[in-house]
Amino acid sequence: MQETPLLIFNDNGIYCSQAEVYIDAWKPVDKCIITHGHADHSRWGHKNYITHTKNVPIIKHRLGEINVTGKDWGETFTINSVTFSLHPAGHIVASSQVRVEYKGEVWVFTGDFKTENDGIAEPFELVKCNTFITECTFGLPAFKWTPQAEVFTDINNWWATNKTENKTSIIFGYSLGKAQRILKHLDTSIGKIYTHGAIENMTNVLRENYNFHETTRITRDTTKKELLGNIVIAPPSAHGGTWIRKMVPYVTANASGWMTFRGARRRRAIDKGFVLSDHADWDGLLKTVKETGAEKVIATHGYTEIFSKYLREEMGLDARTEKTQYEEESGESAKKEGEVAE
Amino acid sequence: MKAFATLIKKLDSTNKTNEKVAALTAYFNQANEDDKLWTIAILSHRRPKRPVNTTLLRHWATEISNVPLWLFEESYHIVGDLAETIALILPTKNSLSETSCETSVDKSLTEYIEEIIKLKTLEEKQKKEYLQSTWLNLNYFERFVFNKIITGGFRIGVSQKLMTRALSRATEIDEDILAYKLMGNWTPETTTYQKLILETNEEDYLSKPYPFYLAYAVENNFQEDLGNINEWSFEHKWDGIRSQVIIRNDEVFVWSRGEELVTDKYPEFQKFLTNIPNGTVLDGEILPFGNNQIGNFNDLQTRIGRKNISKALLEKTPVILNAYDLLEWEGEDIRQKPFSERRKILDTLIGNINSEEIGLYLSETMRFNNWDDAANERELSREKRSEGLMLKRKDSPYLVGRKKGDWWKWKTDPFTIDAVLTYAMRGHGRRANLYTDYTFGLWNEGKLVTFAKAYSGLTDAEFRQVDAWIKRNTLERFGPVRSVTPHHVFEIAFEGIAESSRHKSGIATRFPRILRWRKDKPMEEANTLDDLKALIPK
Repeated sequence: MQETPLLIFNDNGIYCSQAEVYIDAWKPVDKCIITHGHADHSRWGHKNYITHTKNVPIIKHRLGEINVTGKDWGETFTINSVTFSLHPAGHIVASSQVRVEYKGEVWVFTGDFKTENDGIAEPFELVKCNTFITECTFGLPAFKWTPQAEVFTDINNWWATNKTENKTSIIFGYSLGKAQRILKHLDTSIGKIYTHGAIENMTNVLRENYNFHETTRITRDTTKKELLGNIVIAPPSAHGGTWIRKMVPYVTANASGWMTFRGARRRRAIDKGFVLSDHADWDGLLKTVKETGAEKVIATHGYTEIFSKYLREEMGLDARTEKTQYEEESGESAKKEGEVAE
Repeated sequence: MKAFATLIKKLDSTNKTNEKVAALTAYFNQANEDDKLWTIAILSHRRPKRPVNTTLLRHWATEISNVPLWLFEESYHIVGDLAETIALILPTKNSLSETSCETSVDKSLTEYIEEIIKLKTLEEKQKKEYLQSTWLNLNYFERFVFNKIITGGFRIGVSQKLMTRALSRATEIDEDILAYKLMGNWTPETTTYQKLILETNEEDYLSKPYPFYLAYAVENNFQEDLGNINEWSFEHKWDGIRSQVIIRNDEVFVWSRGEELVTDKYPEFQKFLTNIPNGTVLDGEILPFGNNQIGNFNDLQTRIGRKNISKALLEKTPVILNAYDLLEWEGEDIRQKPFSERRKILDTLIGNINSEEIGLYLSETMRFNNWDDAANERELSREKRSEGLMLKRKDSPYLVGRKKGDWWKWKTDPFTIDAVLTYAMRGHGRRANLYTDYTFGLWNEGKLVTFAKAYSGLTDAEFRQVDAWIKRNTLERFGPVRSVTPHHVFEIAFEGIAESSRHKSGIATRFPRILRWRKDKPMEEANTLDDLKALIPK
């Protein structure tokens, strides 16, 4: 009889039957390890949550009063002889990969990750393993990221140019992660930074553990005039709504890996697209897969079929895909566009 | 090239017409004349001939990118644009960022295009060397633009009208005059900026058509807005190929609305020379016309596609010109004369010839005393093989381009049928990476038979919903195409219908598009192939 794999994919999520623990389950379960605070990975309704200490306030903010235990980076905890530990994934603040070891066999689940150090999220740590369960949101050779220093030079130049035209700059980014990454690298000598309420709330939660520039929440009393020349960070869902209509004249930008495609930007009717992603690009994915030393690779979300075929045919790895309920293939699910964690 | 690439990038990164015009005007003010001419050419769809086929482009791009061909193809399906895919997968010596634009060597746009033209004559090996080294020397966006010049199809939301407006601002030449100068069969290889734009040269005008005047569809409650019905002249809206036929200097020139010189495709119009005096320009519709009656648009398809028009084809699908306007008479541009006057001359001209013999007919004008009578006539459109009615203000001049006010089209309501979504393909351009191109089936003996493809008619939000559903309900993948679980019903509208041996269903529909998503309808209640057949006019 064949041994049950250390981690399996069932209807509820990624499951370790030996320890009776789930990772990033999509249905309510007893015990669940959470990689990071985005909605598709930290769902509501589990009885017990285990996550990184710095992620505790984040998921509490999102999920309310929950039963949660915090762990430090590399701190091991053993459940029924299975040893678990969390390691930085570099995706967003306090995002983890989960290392699972049993009888000398090591599995790693990345959750979401990126290899570039973004200056706020704890930098990605390479963890050697036998089986590597990875995301591949941007698993196509068309995706190649530019170092963020250059992208932020572009973003700040864009802001400065808009200011000379006396327009308000509005930049869209997911309220957890991308918004703070942008905030961290804006050049405050250009002007003031305003935020949408959802972003202000999340940023205030993060200020407990991280340093950010000063921000001003946009309220009903904020005048159009005081915004002129300044920058507003807003969630993508605010685009096209009544909320931004009162900020005319404004210029919009989106900061996302999807901005690689001209079509994606034009479809959203955004003035400017900056290619800035919290996921690994093609080279980052391949390099990581190689360096983990894993013989087996499982792709969970993104261009999974294409990516695993490449690993099999071009790299000779034992690679396959598993269906999960994490963000879909194109990042453009029927959910309100842009609300997809990226 | 840097300046041109920057221009394209600017045009590409704004949705605002004013900003596009401003960017183009600024470019026209600073570029050299050769580059200006090529820019005008490219933005009016006059690109150089493709020097290399796309298969070779793919091979050569993957060769230096360390990407297997299958992966390139997969990427292409997702990116949705060949030039863009190649630009993206090539190794990036220069990054995507704007700050690093200064790294590449610069040749002018014209130099690059001349190299591309010359490429056609080179050996395959030299072509490959040239392309690969050029790619590696350009930064990402320049590479994209370079590829676009090679592969064609610069769709960046700049219409010829918008480009002409910018050129008008830069040159201070009237927009309509520029539109006229830009018509016709020129390429930068046969003219210069000086000659085309700045000089007036009588000889060049021999074959030159006038810009077409295009009508908008009527708006709600238009009857009230149009005022006194006696000010309007009515005609049927013929379903053929809009064209201008020019008779000058004992020569005939036939132009299609796409500004294509198609004289050779309609040799029967040479007969006009015997009866129509030099210095005449007719605006009308080319219609299939066998057995003394107007045929179906489908018959025309066989004429449009052919390069060589055989005798057999001429006999099988004869065409006529149904004329409805006169733009030039006795060598004089009479577009400013009122429509009624132009028509008077036209009516006399065609009244005096033997239409049957020459193949030149008159699109009859009609007058109505009230809108009800007009509406009744519109109801007869299908019977008369027209698409509805045209409304033309009797005292209106012949304008340039699509303008509201003097000409309106009042089309018949389209045919509609409820069909089931069966296949989906990813879209292109702004719909890249989204499943937006659908195939629909109708019931026939318990099975769904493909009858039409449609790409338009849903809102962006609906497309996203259907896209997400398709990804979750895929049965099989065939390259870029997916078959999906039959489930969703859509109401499909189309303008024309005819039997066709080229279609699986045996039926060809004209301009099918999605009218709405019938979420209320279970797929069992979608229409049948017989329902569709019943719509064919007898």
